[in-house]
Amino acid sequence: MRTIFAMLLALAAAAPSPDDSLYRALGEKQGIARLVDALLDRVYADPRINDLFKHVDRPDLARLVGEHFCHETGGPCEYTGRSMTDTHSGLAIKAKEFDAFVEDLVDAMEALDLPTRTQNRMLKHFAPMRAEIIDQ
Amino acid sequence: MALALAAGGAAHAAGSRQLATGGASTIEGGAGGGLVPWAAITGYGAREEIGATAFATRINTGDYRLDVQGAAVGLFNRIELSASRQELDLVALGPALGLPGAHLRQHVIGAKVRLAGDVLYTRMPQIALGVQYKKQQDFALARALGARDDADVDVYLSATKVFLAGVGGYNAFLSGTARLTRANETGLLGFGGEGRNGRRVALEASGGVLLSRRFAIGAEYRGKSGSLDAVRESAWRDLFVAWFPNRHVSVVVAYADLGTVATLPDQTGWYLSVQGAF
Repeated sequence: MRTIFAMLLALAAAAPSPDDSLYRALGEKQGIARLVDALLDRVYADPRINDLFKHVDRPDLARLVGEHFCHETGGPCEYTGRSMTDTHSGLAIKAKEFDAFVEDLVDAMEALDLPTRTQNRMLKHFAPMRAEIIDQ
Repeated sequence: MALALAAGGAAHAAGSRQLATGGASTIEGGAGGGLVPWAAITGYGAREEIGATAFATRINTGDYRLDVQGAAVGLFNRIELSASRQELDLVALGPALGLPGAHLRQHVIGAKVRLAGDVLYTRMPQIALGVQYKKQQDFALARALGARDDADVDVYLSATKVFLAGVGGYNAFLSGTARLTRANETGLLGFGGEGRNGRRVALEASGGVLLSRRFAIGAEYRGKSGSLDAVRESAWRDLFVAWFPNRHVSVVVAYADLGTVATLPDQTGWYLSVQGAF
């Protein structure tokens, strides 16, 4: 009995950690930092949406977006920000503004030469958050 | 500097939706693959925007040449209005009938409304209901073959979805349409006939894979069954490559198999369509 219990414990310890393949495909923490930087370069220069970020401190935003990307893609990070709904509450983000942000993200991923399939997985993961971001 | 600003402005003027989500233009004027419609609203206008497209398409099988021009407007990613004119040159049949230069023309006015969903962002597919008012302009031949009417309305329901990273990590799309129609050869040979005159259900589908953000390959199928006993018709199919260099231009090249068209079998040939979006 004790042996079985020990085996179960060993199995639990060896259980596969959450899938971090997207995190690794992005180049882990360093790659994500580069991606966030490339993304925010575009966002802060994008006349379609940069008004939304006028009063947002870029280093703060970079840290939170980096944590979010890292955490959501299976990386070893804690996301210390508020929920997507909370952070966008009261901003009444429009559909076209969300699309502009997505385009900036894709442009940033292209600029970093991330493979198409990695870009697609990234979009697949984050696209469903649209409902928590627009119209809040 | 002014030029750069103007170019920058123009780059955003086509709307904000992601590249390729407006599809190409169909031969009936609205957004779709080429031969079959999608539930997508034409152009790139998001919910707060208006988008417009204009296109020209040619299908050449040697025996026939179909030329189509048209334009469409997408309102707030909700409503699409389209107009197109088709001209089918009877390259082989005309001279054989003693009518060199004979052609069949048709005008199509379309409207489509997005009922639910978003091609890209929702779990459910984008679903749209569309109508196409078609008016055949050269009815003598169609009448001689037994067609009842020179004008009619098609009604269709489409569902379209992009599957992000859906096929081996590549984005894929699938679209299906059910159409109620009385059209013979999409209306180029009029509507209805002697034997069965009512509306029938035609099933249409298209699917493909985006190899990159700008290139898609895919296939289409358009089920057809006319009412004319004298001239049987076939389902139409094609294999296509679509190129979206930016939000302003798209080009579709396809190999089309139209089967038997007005007694002439094995009508295969090239399909070329160019769209401008604003």
